[in-house]
Amino acid sequence: MFAWLRSRDAAALADEPRSGKFRWFKTREGAALTDPLFKNNPIGLQVLGICSALAVTTRMDKALVMAVSLTFVAAVSSFMVSLIRKYTPSSIRIIVQLAIISSLVIVVDQVLKAYLYEISLSLSVYVGLIITNCIVLGRTEGFAMQNPPLLSLIDGVGNGLGYGLVLLIVGFIREFIGTGRMFGNQILPTVSEGGWYVPNSMFLLAPAAFFIIGFMIWFLRIWKPEQQEKD
Amino acid sequence: MEHYLAIAVKSIFIENMALAFFLGMCSFLAVSRRVETALGLGIAVVFVQTLTLPLNNLILNHLLKEGSLAWLNRDFAGLDLTFLTFIVFISTIAAAVQVVEMTLDKYFPTLHNSLGVFLPLIAVNCAILGGSLFMAERDYTFAESVVFAVGSGSGFLLAIVGFAAIREKMRYGNPPKGLRGLGIAFIATGLMSIGFMMFAGIQL
Repeated sequence: MFAWLRSRDAAALADEPRSGKFRWFKTREGAALTDPLFKNNPIGLQVLGICSALAVTTRMDKALVMAVSLTFVAAVSSFMVSLIRKYTPSSIRIIVQLAIISSLVIVVDQVLKAYLYEISLSLSVYVGLIITNCIVLGRTEGFAMQNPPLLSLIDGVGNGLGYGLVLLIVGFIREFIGTGRMFGNQILPTVSEGGWYVPNSMFLLAPAAFFIIGFMIWFLRIWKPEQQEKD
Repeated sequence: MEHYLAIAVKSIFIENMALAFFLGMCSFLAVSRRVETALGLGIAVVFVQTLTLPLNNLILNHLLKEGSLAWLNRDFAGLDLTFLTFIVFISTIAAAVQVVEMTLDKYFPTLHNSLGVFLPLIAVNCAILGGSLFMAERDYTFAESVVFAVGSGSGFLLAIVGFAAIREKMRYGNPPKGLRGLGIAFIATGLMSIGFMMFAGIQL
């Protein structure tokens, strides 16, 4: 029924392996979903979407809400941009994409205000900044404009997950060391509450976020040396 | 007067767009390999910020806020259009950037040659939209928003030019292979951010 959604060319179809353990992950859809996690991570390699990655990671619940919102916006906007890609004149494509993205962000913002008011207050302007998050615009412009809708949708989800993964790791480090908590629950009893853990509040400040991302990129590039830059 | 000075100092140093709020990081890292290009982008940011932020302030206060449409018709007095903030702000910014680019192209071709490449980049720079959203969140008046626009733009200019200068020198360094490029850039930004944190003690 949805054959028109996945208008794949014959060559790509022939390339797909038909057997093997994780064969779905080897297809184009599978690659679009899993590549952004480590191989082509939007933050680690493509340097996209860093603004919010640094700002919302002081608490894990904030990071999680942000990651889910961004995944939703990236996936749905990629899908929609791809649907109308053949009817969009290239001279106005950016503004068309921005209109789609910002409408979706308005939806996300209203939902957050209705159901997660506390978190939406602490995220402050960063929900609105999903509009200018380079991951979303980068994927719609760089991928969805050339690919069929379903593949673009999966690509959007994949990049959202790659972003969310980095966000949660950074959020975990910052919240755990900075306050001794996880998702707001006290894990390590702090000194001020009669425990033994002295929280290192440096991790809640801006510079720590830069250092953590810097070191993460370092580890990622030791693990995958092909990502190293050749100056 | 003192109040405006406080906003200016706060937005340039203490709450620096790039180093304290992480806004405009993508272009901050991408366009800071050389001081001249960083200066070009910085000036373009100041320019567009000063143009769009007060414009968005006017739109917000006279068209979108609850009851602000009363001047048009008394029936509209109860209307609250603030949920349209995002889409209106980004359209204003995109349109303003387009107009600026065309004006520069027609009347100031030399300026267009040096700033032109950065202008399309700026339409989607988080520092610009972020500035407007901060203005909405903090309920700035028109005068305050002009001061905030100039201040936050210059703060970004200061940060990116300083960072580009550091990065030019860093080229002669020899960091571990995995850190080269992006990794070391992040760590240098972190160190700069620590430097800017000392301004946090300034009380005005």
